[in-house]
Amino acid sequence: MSLPPPDLRPGEAAALAARTAARAADEGIAEVAYATVDSPAGRLVAIASPRGLARLAYELENGGLERILDDVALRLSPAIVEAPARLDDVRRELDEYFAGRREDFDLALDWALTAPGFRRRVLQECARIPFGATSTYKQMAIAAGSPRAFRAAGGALGSNPIPIVVPCHRVLASGGGLGGYTGGLDRKRLLLGIEAM
Amino acid sequence: MRPARLPPFQRFLDAHCDDVLRFLVASLGRQDADDAFQETFISALRAYPRLRPDSNLRGWVLTIAHRKALDVHRARGRNPVPVAEIRDGAGAATVTQAPAEPPEDHWDRVRALPPRQREVLTLRYAADLTHAEVARALGCSEEAARRAAADGLKTLREELRDVPATA
Repeated sequence: MSLPPPDLRPGEAAALAARTAARAADEGIAEVAYATVDSPAGRLVAIASPRGLARLAYELENGGLERILDDVALRLSPAIVEAPARLDDVRRELDEYFAGRREDFDLALDWALTAPGFRRRVLQECARIPFGATSTYKQMAIAAGSPRAFRAAGGALGSNPIPIVVPCHRVLASGGGLGGYTGGLDRKRLLLGIEAM
Repeated sequence: MRPARLPPFQRFLDAHCDDVLRFLVASLGRQDADDAFQETFISALRAYPRLRPDSNLRGWVLTIAHRKALDVHRARGRNPVPVAEIRDGAGAATVTQAPAEPPEDHWDRVRALPPRQREVLTLRYAADLTHAEVARALGCSEEAARRAAADGLKTLREELRDVPATA
């Protein structure tokens, strides 16, 4: 005799899974929540811990959603769920920024993906560059306390886990060139263009 | 070879949500399956960061689902609820078949079996675990799991033989 398993309605288990993930994020059982955010600079993956936004990744430039999640699972916690509501404020502020209606982000940040020390100091200094202004790798190295380490400052900015919100696009080469950018130079130009308007 | 790593929990949830829900619907019926589903994955998530990366994730989550189902069965044992409300008198003539839930009567019968037989048959046939995995989930020998499955199937066969054939 055969006992075929019960039939599920299409999408039934997925809907329940989404409700469970939302609850896990709301109740703080999931240590990390993520959501995708569409933007004029392409699709972004936003990842937050209870301390704040830990990662904002250009999806395609970082090998796609699954690779971005694998990396964060390894470095932060595997207890990660998709919970769009937990990232509503991030999505709203990014929308406003890209629409030219927001100059400063009012988001708590989690620096856990950058080791404490020089690299983190560079990123924290970078976070203070105001909207519409620019700086240089050399100035960032000086501000972080190692005036000669401008190449290392460039490396720290290049591995910025929270681009756009930590505005590494505002850091240019000393000679006036664009320098590099974690999301490619076209995106750096796009962001600088938004801020020049 | 990269060392084994735990996948992000969301991927684990997406991979196993169908199996867990099928198992819980078979074990508990539709009514209680949703809550037990959430309890299963919430419990799994709490333990997840400490799990060994090379664990059998499917067997592990179905073992948790089995324990949640057991909690519900035990609670029912303490507070029996009527399976169906039978209305007599004037209402009876207007009762219509509820269209939303297709009948799953073989699982209704499985739910009425002795606990160990019910557990083995739901894990083996609704969750599609092997007898070895069923034995691990229940903490019994594989031989005992096979015997309980055979006993359960035998009872079901006998019951079905006693039911008059319907069109």
